[in-house]
Amino acid sequence: MAASTHPIFEYALALGDDALVLGQRIAEWCSNGPYLEEDIALSNVALDYIGRARMLLSYAGEAEGQGRNEDQLAFTRDCRDFRNLLIYELPRGDFGFTMARQLAVDAFEVPFFEALTRSSDRTLAGIAGKALKESRYHLRHSSGWVIRLGAGTDESHRRMQDGLDQVWGYTPELFQMDAAEAALAESGVAVDRAELRQQWESTLDEVLKQATLGRPADDWQIDGGRRGVHTEHLGHLLSELQFMQRAYPGLEW
Amino acid sequence: MVSWTPPAEGAAEEVWNWLAAVKDPEIPVLTIADLGILRQVTMDGDHCVVTITPTYSGCPAMNTIEQDVLSVLAEHNVEATVETLLDPPWTTDWMSEDGRRKLEAYGIAPPAETSASKRAIWGEDPTVCCPRCKSESTRKVSEFGSTACKALYQCQDCQEPFDYFKCI
Repeated sequence: MAASTHPIFEYALALGDDALVLGQRIAEWCSNGPYLEEDIALSNVALDYIGRARMLLSYAGEAEGQGRNEDQLAFTRDCRDFRNLLIYELPRGDFGFTMARQLAVDAFEVPFFEALTRSSDRTLAGIAGKALKESRYHLRHSSGWVIRLGAGTDESHRRMQDGLDQVWGYTPELFQMDAAEAALAESGVAVDRAELRQQWESTLDEVLKQATLGRPADDWQIDGGRRGVHTEHLGHLLSELQFMQRAYPGLEW
Repeated sequence: MVSWTPPAEGAAEEVWNWLAAVKDPEIPVLTIADLGILRQVTMDGDHCVVTITPTYSGCPAMNTIEQDVLSVLAEHNVEATVETLLDPPWTTDWMSEDGRRKLEAYGIAPPAETSASKRAIWGEDPTVCCPRCKSESTRKVSEFGSTACKALYQCQDCQEPFDYFKCI
């Protein structure tokens, strides 16, 4: 990471990276969806994330004050400088895994953005106001699929449960905060993630019950994204995302 | 019910009236004023500042709308900047009555309730009328449609598939 330690820069960058990386992941379903309507649905969700990433990264650039815009932040940083949580970068897997991850993320983001609309930082609050409306829709979409597939055939139930088991150990990181984020929460800018845990769990429990799926045991967890310690998958994602700007620096169209 | 007041006099009012005719590039039957995307026009001497708000974070039409606004003003030799405002976030409640009628005549079902209704966002689906035969017997095919702001429905009576403008 550059020498910059502006706390708003770090916070907006982390949230922007979450959105950018997941937007890119979901966009991989474009033309690969199980059928046309779902292909369009996932592309719509991806677009919401990329829109958020653009707003958050451009605000991060302003806060940093060194002249970097959202494109430079998105396309010219390397893995170790990305601050997204690991759950956002995991490969899309099968449709069951994509929906399990999406449910975990959507059930978190609804209360998260709801709380962020009350931020003392008016720009972050404004972005949160837009994101909240979108995430409510995303949650309807993902929870609907988890219920349909979980309570569906033996095969769909098995794959839905597998997806949930595979993503589970990455969910605790959603509720972690480093000292800088905790200080921002203390001053009314950031959201206290730990406080969202109960609401997240009750949403998950409700959906899993209807889906006849079991809640995985909390016996493993992996973190590191906010410190720039990523899975091997992020580099591959960035190689696609950043290819044009790496090959033709400064390219515009 | 709209939350802004179009300027009532002077150059700003004139500019507002020009811009109120700019069409949404993805739903060309509606103007940016019908949709509530056009929020404010203010004059600073000869310079005009136009404020617009996005419907969705990633709405790809926003850049086109900004270009369309600038080119209308350029035709009138008005120097202008376009600013994007996020707060308060856009809601379908800002769509004009006229806009709702035009939408339905175009074959897109308008938002069925106000965003203040909890049901509109979470839980059961609202009753959406078929824009073709007005039947209330319709089913949701997909939560997401051909653009970010629409969902896909089908009429159970006349079988017509149609877009529904989502309520947010």
